[in-house]
Amino acid sequence: MSLSKEQIARYGRQLILPEIGMRGQEQLARAAVLIVGAGGLGCPAALYLAAAGVGTIGIVDRESVALSNLHRQILHTTDGVGHPKSRSAQARLVALNPGIAVHAIHDGVTAAGARQLFAPYGVIVDGSDNFATRYLVNDACVLLGKPLVHGGVVHFGGQVMTVLPKRSACFRCVFPEPPQAGAIPSCQEAGVLGTAAGTVGVLMAHEALKLLAGFGEPLTDRLLTFDGRASRFREIPVRRDPACAVCGERPTIQELMTIDETVCLDPQPKEGAWHASKSR
Amino acid sequence: MPITVRIPTPLQRLTNGQGEVQCDGSTVTELLANLEQRYPGIKERICDQQGKLRRFVNIFVNEEDIRFLQGDQTTVKDGDEVSIIPAIAGG
Repeated sequence: MSLSKEQIARYGRQLILPEIGMRGQEQLARAAVLIVGAGGLGCPAALYLAAAGVGTIGIVDRESVALSNLHRQILHTTDGVGHPKSRSAQARLVALNPGIAVHAIHDGVTAAGARQLFAPYGVIVDGSDNFATRYLVNDACVLLGKPLVHGGVVHFGGQVMTVLPKRSACFRCVFPEPPQAGAIPSCQEAGVLGTAAGTVGVLMAHEALKLLAGFGEPLTDRLLTFDGRASRFREIPVRRDPACAVCGERPTIQELMTIDETVCLDPQPKEGAWHASKSR
Repeated sequence: MPITVRIPTPLQRLTNGQGEVQCDGSTVTELLANLEQRYPGIKERICDQQGKLRRFVNIFVNEEDIRFLQGDQTTVKDGDEVSIIPAIAGG
C-alpha cells in the first residue's frame, strides 16, 4: 500500500516525524481500531484517530444522542439528538476524513457477541460508561489477546492505562472486581466536565496511535491519573497480579460471562458518589 | 511530618476539593481511621461494611500496592505518600 498525493498532503505534518514517516502512516492506514462507546471519551478519541488516518474505525454504542451529552460528546450535534450515537459519530468522522472506513455498530458489547465484535480489530479503545462493560471488555481483550487502551473519567479527572494481554497488568490485575450491585450508589449522574473527558479521551487516542504506528513506549504497567482540579498528572506503577482472575496463573475466567449491570438500588443520589453508570 | 494522602477526584468533594491531605497513623488501617475523623463519610467509600478495602479501590504506599505488601496492616510513617485510587467507570 502506498500513499496518494492527497494523503501525503493531509498527513504531512505527522509524516515528517521520523518516528512515523511513510512506514508508520501505512501501518495506521492498515490498522483497525474498535472504540467502545461514542461518549465523552470515545468522541475525542475517535476524532483524533480518524484525523491521524487510522484506516478502519469501529464505533459500538447502543444509545442515542441526548441533549445532555453535547457538552462533552463532541462528535454529536444538536441536530443529531435522538439519533443513534454510532451513526452520528460515523457521519462526523467520515466528513473529517473520507479516506477511512468507519463502521457504526448500534448495539452493546455482550458476553455472547464480544468475540465476533472484536475479531476484525487490532486494538480496542474502551470509553464505555459502566463497570459491567469495562470488566467485560478487559476480559475479552485478555482472552482474545487484543491490546486494550483503558480510560475512565468522572467529575474533573480520570485515568488511562494500556493493557498488552499476558504481558502487562490488566484492568483486573489492578482492580480485581467491580462493585457489587447496590454496594455504592451508581445510577445517578455524578457529573463530569467536558474538558476532563476530552483530556483523557485524547490521551487514549495517543496511546492507541503509539501501539499502531509503533513509536514511543506504551503506557503499560503504569496507571496515569489526571487530577483536573489541580491540573496534575501522576503515574502509579502497577503490575500483573499472579492471582488475577483472567490473566493470572490459575485464571477462573476462561469464558466471557455477563456481568450484572449495577442496578439502581439507591433512589436518592448521594453527594460525592463514585460513578455515573449512565451517560445521561 | 505527617503522612500525605492523595485523594482521587471522585472523593475530593469530601475533602473540600483538596487533592492532597495530611493524616497520621502507623498502619494503613489507622491512617484511614484518622482520615475518616477529619473527613467524615470518606471511609465507607474506600472500605466495605466489614472494614475491608473494596475490590475496585487500591491504596498505594510510596507507589507500592498494599495488596502486595501487608494489606491494611502495611506500616506507614511520617513523610510517606499514600495514594487512594479507585476504578473509574465513567466515560
